[in-house]
Amino acid sequence: MAAAGRSHATRWGVVNVVVVLYALFPVWWIVALSFKTPSTLTDGSYIPTDWTWENYKGIFQTSEFTRALINSIGIALIATVIAVILGTMAAYAVARLRFPGKQLLIGMSLLIAMFPPISLVSPLFNIERSIGIFDTWPGLIIPYMTFSLPLAIYTLSAFFREIPWDLEKAAKVDGATPAQAFRLVIVPLAAPGVFTTAILVFIFCWNDFLFAISLTSTESARTVPAAIAFFTGSSQFQQPTGSIAAAAVVITVPIIIFVLLFQRRIVAGLTSGAVKG
Amino acid sequence: MSTMAEPAKDEAKDQKALSAGARQERRLGWLLCAPAVIVMLAVTAYPICYAVYLSLQRYDLRFPDRAEFIGLSNYGAVLTSPFWWDAFWVTLFLTVVSVTVELVLGMGLALVMHRTLFARGTVRTAVLIPYGIVTVVAAFSWQYAWTPELGYLAGLLPSGEAPLTEQWPALWLIILAEVWKTTPFMALLLLAGLALVPEETLRAAMVDGATPWQRFTKVMLPLMKPAILVALLFRTLDAFRIFDNIYVLTAGAHGTGSLSILGYDNLFTALNLGIGSAISVLIFICVGIIAFTFVKLFGAAAPGAEVKR
Repeated sequence: MAAAGRSHATRWGVVNVVVVLYALFPVWWIVALSFKTPSTLTDGSYIPTDWTWENYKGIFQTSEFTRALINSIGIALIATVIAVILGTMAAYAVARLRFPGKQLLIGMSLLIAMFPPISLVSPLFNIERSIGIFDTWPGLIIPYMTFSLPLAIYTLSAFFREIPWDLEKAAKVDGATPAQAFRLVIVPLAAPGVFTTAILVFIFCWNDFLFAISLTSTESARTVPAAIAFFTGSSQFQQPTGSIAAAAVVITVPIIIFVLLFQRRIVAGLTSGAVKG
Repeated sequence: MSTMAEPAKDEAKDQKALSAGARQERRLGWLLCAPAVIVMLAVTAYPICYAVYLSLQRYDLRFPDRAEFIGLSNYGAVLTSPFWWDAFWVTLFLTVVSVTVELVLGMGLALVMHRTLFARGTVRTAVLIPYGIVTVVAAFSWQYAWTPELGYLAGLLPSGEAPLTEQWPALWLIILAEVWKTTPFMALLLLAGLALVPEETLRAAMVDGATPWQRFTKVMLPLMKPAILVALLFRTLDAFRIFDNIYVLTAGAHGTGSLSILGYDNLFTALNLGIGSAISVLIFICVGIIAFTFVKLFGAAAPGAEVKR
């Protein structure tokens, strides 16, 4: 019996190792590339033989990358804050209040969650040029917050449904208006859910590529994913591999930190929105 | 959704008009939703209508003065063009294959995460990494891995092979990149579905002599059907708009361009806003058809629409 248990454990152990390797292999490859010197770049080894920070120093010396990093952080943060505020308001209403048109709101956000972004690229490109926000921060923040609103509304309303309803009733009995009940009772209880949603929305904005390359034309609003696609080598045949790898690692690190710190919450957030509705 | 049922009962009780409280509640509900609704309408509904309008015009960005109304000609031009149909079949192929593979792998991964006794946290964290990583970053990693002379994976192939420059190998590599990136998301959705399968039911089936395979197909799968359909719906629509991976891996060359790539190229390479908008609208219609099929034919409960449990 003990032997059976041990072999069982070994089998799961092997499966787990396979899963972890599966998830990490491409990540490790790009990390390894980012630490290689130009001469060892093509040696194909998994561990750099000559470790170097040159690729990182190189990208941080160009405004092409530093500017893009600032854009990425600023745009993703602002879009996240706005989407979470609007999403919190709507989700509270969906989860807690009775009002006609609720199903319409839910249906509409579902529609937007399914919306193909490419369908919006051509009209937005034209609209943004005519109102002068093409290639600016608002030009990206607006589509990002819109496309993350459904995610925010679903995740938040799922979290809000779990909050003890009675506390709010008690507050109302004590004379609080619905607005006060929202601010003083629900907000503190909802904070973890709001935080989780913010992480998911941030990852969503951080990840976007299509809008980032379509609605920008210069460094002034280009985010990192778009910028690295435009990194150029000195000739057509010389790829800026080291720089791209280093830039890729830089924008991957914050996400990995988020994931490590908040994995339980991220899982809860990802699944609650979709399964519990 | 017990919280939804209770207020309905209350409502029947105090029918005498709308009490002041209820009216206040209704007004607050609208007020709270209004900003989100306005933003969503302004940024999606208005532009898609504008896209329809643009698609009815001859509109070349190089000659904006010569824009004129030409009816449905752009749609005719797109739908009779081999480029559209090539991209359409490529997209369909990528979507069907990658979603199928993801479903199988994701189910396996979900079972591993559900059943594993130790290192569950490690597995879950590892699985979240592909989800969190920027698609473009992962795509570059794959691209370098398959580039001859540079990559470890290309090194495994006979020398002289450059898989990303041939249609079929490239398509499979795009699928690989897509599957790697999105299987974890699928697995997490399925894991949540697995958690809804009662342990007692499984044990009862075991006592009745059901084999593990029977327990999986006869007990788990039917109970998980809603979760599976939602995961499939999400992933199918997501896969259908595939762009990032293809852009980085092949840039749509060698017959690997998806519909999104086609739309992008028509807009930014050919600078043809009319044709580009027609493609946008057609993609929107395709997505609508897929969603409709899932919801009506397979009865996928639209997420958010008060799912019955």
